[in-house]
Amino acid sequence: MYAQMVETGSKGVRDLESMSEQERAFQQRIDADIKIEPKNWMPEAYRKTLIRQISQHAHSEIVGMLPEGNWVTRAPSLKRKLQLMAKIQDEAGHGLYLYSAMETLGADRDEEVQKMHEGKAKYSSIFNYPTLNWADMGTIGWLVDGAAIVNQVPLQRTSYGPYARAMIRVCKEESFHQRQGYEILLHMMREGNDAQRAMVQDSINRFWWPVLMMFGPSDANSPNSAQSMAWKIKRHSNDELRQRFIDQTIPQLQILGCTVPDPDLKYNEETGHWEFGEIDWSEFYEVLKGNGPCNKERVAKRKKALDEGAWVREAAVAYAKKKQQRKAA
Amino acid sequence: MADWTLFEVFVRSKHGLNHKHVGSVHAADAEMAIENARDLYTRRSEGVSIWVVPSTAITATASDEKDALFDAADDKVYRHASFYELPDEVGHM
Repeated sequence: MYAQMVETGSKGVRDLESMSEQERAFQQRIDADIKIEPKNWMPEAYRKTLIRQISQHAHSEIVGMLPEGNWVTRAPSLKRKLQLMAKIQDEAGHGLYLYSAMETLGADRDEEVQKMHEGKAKYSSIFNYPTLNWADMGTIGWLVDGAAIVNQVPLQRTSYGPYARAMIRVCKEESFHQRQGYEILLHMMREGNDAQRAMVQDSINRFWWPVLMMFGPSDANSPNSAQSMAWKIKRHSNDELRQRFIDQTIPQLQILGCTVPDPDLKYNEETGHWEFGEIDWSEFYEVLKGNGPCNKERVAKRKKALDEGAWVREAAVAYAKKKQQRKAA
Repeated sequence: MADWTLFEVFVRSKHGLNHKHVGSVHAADAEMAIENARDLYTRRSEGVSIWVVPSTAITATASDEKDALFDAADDKVYRHASFYELPDEVGHM
């Protein structure tokens, strides 16, 4: 979701008998729900998978600031502007918690960021869509962060200790994001004029399908899921989480008085679940390949920020050195 | 980032508890580490005091020393209050 299609390098999950003694002890530890900590032995593939997943998750938080940053100077009131800035600051914080967790695996932050800039590492597909009207700030908080919560709540119990602990911090802050987003939309729907209500519906129409894609392809087309589940990096399947998200979101949609652009959406009394239409996965794969509406713009902005901030980082080091020398003198 | 130091961050919450490890930050020096830690770990009044320590200054137990260091405590059950059985009439002690 914030991490999609994370490669595990595995060609099927092996059973305990075919593992080396070390690997078996590792798997049994995971089966017993004991956390893996940085200094514990772990299979190389587990380490690499985690680095890929946590870095992708971190990149998503960082790139995720851009679509919202687009509206800081155009927020409709000072209150909304302050709330938006607080949310964006949280996203930066989430990125940093995650990069720190990734570094405990021996990965280098600069290198991993570089990979994202070169297109070798992904971030969530959702951030390659533009934010065209103010209601998008509400929709992102409500739906995008809402989907992130559904994914991240189980990740608090993921098998790698530092990742799980980062998720606990993230989840605590995430519910503010979702509530502030929903409140923006509710306010526009209840206090707004026709044009503002139309903006909300337009925003939901644009974001609905891309949000459902955040959970990643169907279980049948998710070749890495089985290994990630066996390692308990992932605790629920993509389809299961997507269904959970839809079931909790539709009642909120009805309170807003809006609809989603899915003629096949209907409640199944027997199962107690909302059934939904076919997702256009070709769009998802195109966005992942770099051909979404904003891929180029997002990466270019990240690069620019890094390059243009270089002098600040250099100055900080020079200043720290000067202070130290002055102290020594 | 490569020439910045990695600092471990410890925060004391307002309830008078011990400083507790919360995570890490990169910074050019300790002063900047405090500023970064403030922004990163105490945005919602999580603390009233912050310590930062260069990660390299921390010596930790190794995971393979776990048995030698900690198992010895497991067979000293008499160190726990619950080891001592007292008659009910003594009440809460």
